[in-house]
Amino acid sequence: MRFVRYVIIGNSAAGIGAAEKIRQLDKTGEIIIVSNEPHHTYSRPLISYLLQGKTDEQRMKYRDDTFYERNECRLLAGKTVIKVWPDDKYVELDDGETIPYDKLLVATGSSAFIPPIEGLDTVTDKYTFMSLSDAKALQTALGRDKKVLILGAGLIGLKCAEGIKDKTGEITVVDLAPGILSSILDEEGARIVQSHLESEGIKFILSAGVKSFCGNTARLDNGKTVKFDILVIAVGVRPNTKLLEGIAKIDKGIVINDKCETTAQDIYAAGDCTQSTDVSSGRSKIMALLPNAYMQGECAGANMAGYDMSFNKAIPMNAVSFFGLHIITAGTYQGDVYTDKRDGGYKKLFYGPERLNGYILIKNVDKAGIYTALIRERTPLSSIDFSLICERPGLMAFTRIARERILGGAQ
Amino acid sequence: MKRVYVNEKWCLGCHLCEYYCAFAGTGKKDMAKALKGVRINPRIKLEEKDGITFAVSCRHCKEPLCVKGCITGALTVTDGVVTIDHEKCVKCFTCILCCPYGAISYSEDKTVLKCELCIKSADRIPACVKGCPNGAIVYEERG
Repeated sequence: MRFVRYVIIGNSAAGIGAAEKIRQLDKTGEIIIVSNEPHHTYSRPLISYLLQGKTDEQRMKYRDDTFYERNECRLLAGKTVIKVWPDDKYVELDDGETIPYDKLLVATGSSAFIPPIEGLDTVTDKYTFMSLSDAKALQTALGRDKKVLILGAGLIGLKCAEGIKDKTGEITVVDLAPGILSSILDEEGARIVQSHLESEGIKFILSAGVKSFCGNTARLDNGKTVKFDILVIAVGVRPNTKLLEGIAKIDKGIVINDKCETTAQDIYAAGDCTQSTDVSSGRSKIMALLPNAYMQGECAGANMAGYDMSFNKAIPMNAVSFFGLHIITAGTYQGDVYTDKRDGGYKKLFYGPERLNGYILIKNVDKAGIYTALIRERTPLSSIDFSLICERPGLMAFTRIARERILGGAQ
Repeated sequence: MKRVYVNEKWCLGCHLCEYYCAFAGTGKKDMAKALKGVRINPRIKLEEKDGITFAVSCRHCKEPLCVKGCITGALTVTDGVVTIDHEKCVKCFTCILCCPYGAISYSEDKTVLKCELCIKSADRIPACVKGCPNGAIVYEERG
């Protein structure tokens, strides 16, 4: 019998999820992971914690040191796949090597989008904030006398701001949107988090974009100028889809179905490079989030190994904190709204006649996952005590029979 | 594998499970002395309303969404038990976002709290089970 050869492009959550699942189901197949980064698998979202000193390179490893050995995976680190040859079923590396595959997973992630701003080439100290090498490069440039300009008040830009706060002078964040964290917060929630960040010393210039750069000066479209020493570009990310151009269907990201199959034979995709259905809105979108990436990778891995698995419960969801203020959000913000601002917290639930669509929790985030599950499972609201669960999430809002199953039965 | 199961019919709502859980981590001999005046951080927590009470702790799911979602790799499964490595955890609360049962909580200093079935105790029997005066919390195999 010939062993199945699995090739995984990408060494982050989706790639690791696939490798773990494949090895669980197929003890003999050959697993090769190709990564353009020269590292053991690490958690990308931890790069801000690294700069903050809350983790280190050893602890931020996404899996322990024995991972590849234990799972009998061959890691080709620091190598880039430059082309996929779907007819002959092999990938070509930048050093000329070719690797044949039976099943291929594209888990290439995303890259920072660099906006075409006039004069950007005149800025000497500029960084993106996506990878360990980005973080290390930024770290060496930091200093208490340095002024930092961050373009983009999204999750990446603001986690970067928090991570470098104590290691730099002034931090100014500029964003085109009128509110911060516009992908996860409503207007009111954004104001709460913004004033918290401002109280920690972060400055914001919102509803403004950079018109042009001239060396260390940014000229904004509202006429203001900002002087800086270090520029961080965090205006957004783009899925890395190039390898499958002309091979599989690509919209904004690589289009995948519930089995994480692309439209090309024996080629799967998972993680930030993909676009799939958000069950909270029914729309196809990019949901570049670590939990989704892992679960897509796992699903792809199972199907690559010849099993039948579906991952059809993806929703946008985030847990993040800034200077001790916790925020948990999920789903789509449409429908009727339940608001609760007790005890200095902020809760908004968005619901339709039968389903919870989304939620925002700031500060008090207890049992948030109960809301997440209602969205993910599309639980009929008539089957629970909805007014109770609005007030406080808990199993109390479920029927006694449901509780017996959850607390008394094996899951 | 053996898990903690809760039968709400037998729950008296006495909160002793919470105290035994908190006490289990202290290494002290006398519970009253160990917990007096202390704000406890139990890994099992009672829900109560209108005379209904029951305790909730980690279900140690076969497909644990907290482990799959964990951004650091701090949550892992060993012999069916979901455990947390506090050295790796950065307190992002993605596990709290993911757990469908609200079974993961946090202390005042934001340390993530979850039941690990007292696997490090000498007799490996969960303290909440031993301490429940009415047999409402049991530790057994139910397939």
